[in-house]
Amino acid sequence: MSGPGFDLARVRADFPLLRQEVRGRPLVYLDSAATGQKPQAVLDALMRYYTHDNANVHRGVHILSERATQAFEDARETVRRFIHAKDVREVIFVRGTTEAINLVAATYGRKHVGPGDEVLISAMEHHSNIVPWQMVCDAAGAKLRVIPVDERGELRMDAVDALLTERTRLLAITHVSNALGSVNPINALVAKAHAKNIPVLVDGAQSVTHFPVDVQDLDCDFFAFSGHKLFGPTGIGVLYGKLAMLESLPPYQGGGDMILSVTMEKTVYNRVPHRFEAGTPDMAGAVGLAAAIRYLEAVGMEAVSQHDQWLLAYATQALESVPGLKLVGTAPHKTGVLSFTLEDVHPHDVGTILDQEGICIRTGHHCAQPLMQRFGVAATARASLALYNTPEDVDALVKGLHKVKEVFA
Amino acid sequence: MSSDLKDLYQEVVLEHSKRPRNFRVVEGATCAAEGYNPLCGDQLSVTLKLEDGVIRDIGFQGQGCAISKASASLMTGAVKDKTREEAEALFERVHTLVTEGPDKVDPESLGKLAVLSGVSEFPARVKCASLAWHTLHAALDGRSTSVSTE
Repeated sequence: MSGPGFDLARVRADFPLLRQEVRGRPLVYLDSAATGQKPQAVLDALMRYYTHDNANVHRGVHILSERATQAFEDARETVRRFIHAKDVREVIFVRGTTEAINLVAATYGRKHVGPGDEVLISAMEHHSNIVPWQMVCDAAGAKLRVIPVDERGELRMDAVDALLTERTRLLAITHVSNALGSVNPINALVAKAHAKNIPVLVDGAQSVTHFPVDVQDLDCDFFAFSGHKLFGPTGIGVLYGKLAMLESLPPYQGGGDMILSVTMEKTVYNRVPHRFEAGTPDMAGAVGLAAAIRYLEAVGMEAVSQHDQWLLAYATQALESVPGLKLVGTAPHKTGVLSFTLEDVHPHDVGTILDQEGICIRTGHHCAQPLMQRFGVAATARASLALYNTPEDVDALVKGLHKVKEVFA
Repeated sequence: MSSDLKDLYQEVVLEHSKRPRNFRVVEGATCAAEGYNPLCGDQLSVTLKLEDGVIRDIGFQGQGCAISKASASLMTGAVKDKTREEAEALFERVHTLVTEGPDKVDPESLGKLAVLSGVSEFPARVKCASLAWHTLHAALDGRSTSVSTE
């Protein structure tokens, strides 16, 4: 595997947060699957927006409202380009992946899932792609079914055909597992589901950050992701939906901007995407997200992907050299997520000791408790990689793990 | 190792986490509760025999980090043969110890539990140290539902 495909030192320098010491040591940030750090370009865009353009969108007649509206709608176009949606109306701004999935649950779910129906998910879903469907199923008297995962953390594709039944109303599945790093074969899953006229929602929170995504190529009906994991601000996210699908759905939340006209007797709903964006949206968030996307486009998502695979290979080898360490999630096709357990040491203790060395990792169940149960662990320690991570970060992690073993020797 | 880390993982803490005392279900228990820390997925159960307001026997089971296991193990030793009120008062003192630090509590009144003093320098670990105690509290209250540190 060749090197990063971009100037790693320069990319690193673009992220001001990384230039600090914590607990007397240089910060080693290995928790990007939880949230990504922000490049200067994003911070500047937020500052610029609030300094010059801030006003409410779609309502004012004044110049600031015009500028804010322009910036917000330009951001929508930037997102469209980034995920290769066909039409800008297919991009709905929401708070994050969780809200995007809940939006589909509240609209599509309410309309199409009835008694005796089924919603299909996988065993490697994050809670935000489990709980909304449990809620839909409970309310409708429908059944949640689950595609199993094998020992390495790969989806059991051989089980899919039998699980897609005439009662299945939706397949909701993650693109990349946040706890294992496994990349799911979305194209194959969509083909299987569409052959039975079943729409597919893809949770892309962990995929858009690691490799280029083309929603038209995936042919999924919905695609959800968050701004904050994509090195943009918190509180902004995107639901992509095929235009015809979105137009067929009832409204989500009621309020301003999602209407064309309101009388006390009747409301005429606005067209998509505004129909799904009630209330004042997160304009600054959208502007910041667009800045993050432009930054990633400048680095190049192919290069980001190349760096991810290169560093993942390095880190996998380095961690496997630590005695007593067991990687959880060893699918051949995965992204830079290293979930592991250390013999005789609880992940929480691993996290505390690494933190004393200035190393930030995640420990716990990663909001994927059923998956932890599948692997027979209550929790794992997880180091997750992003474009600004270096082999030195990995070396620091390995050194820190030896320290953990010393404490617990 | 930093001195804070040494305080957190004192020998006694590590020893109790490796060989927890009273790691069992009490037979003929009169009170029981489940404790759960959603932050890390840790889960433990406390069973005890309460006779005439005195904790005659107590055990715990479950899985957790070194801090939560050691705290649970030390707790079972500390509250055995204590009255319900004495156990609750001890919980108060331990809570003060792990949240506000050793200066706020008379070390004499804590006995072996004083080894948990290092936790106060690690706010993220307070829930680990107090999980078993919250569960004990729920068991004494006669609440059969599970408690959560969230």
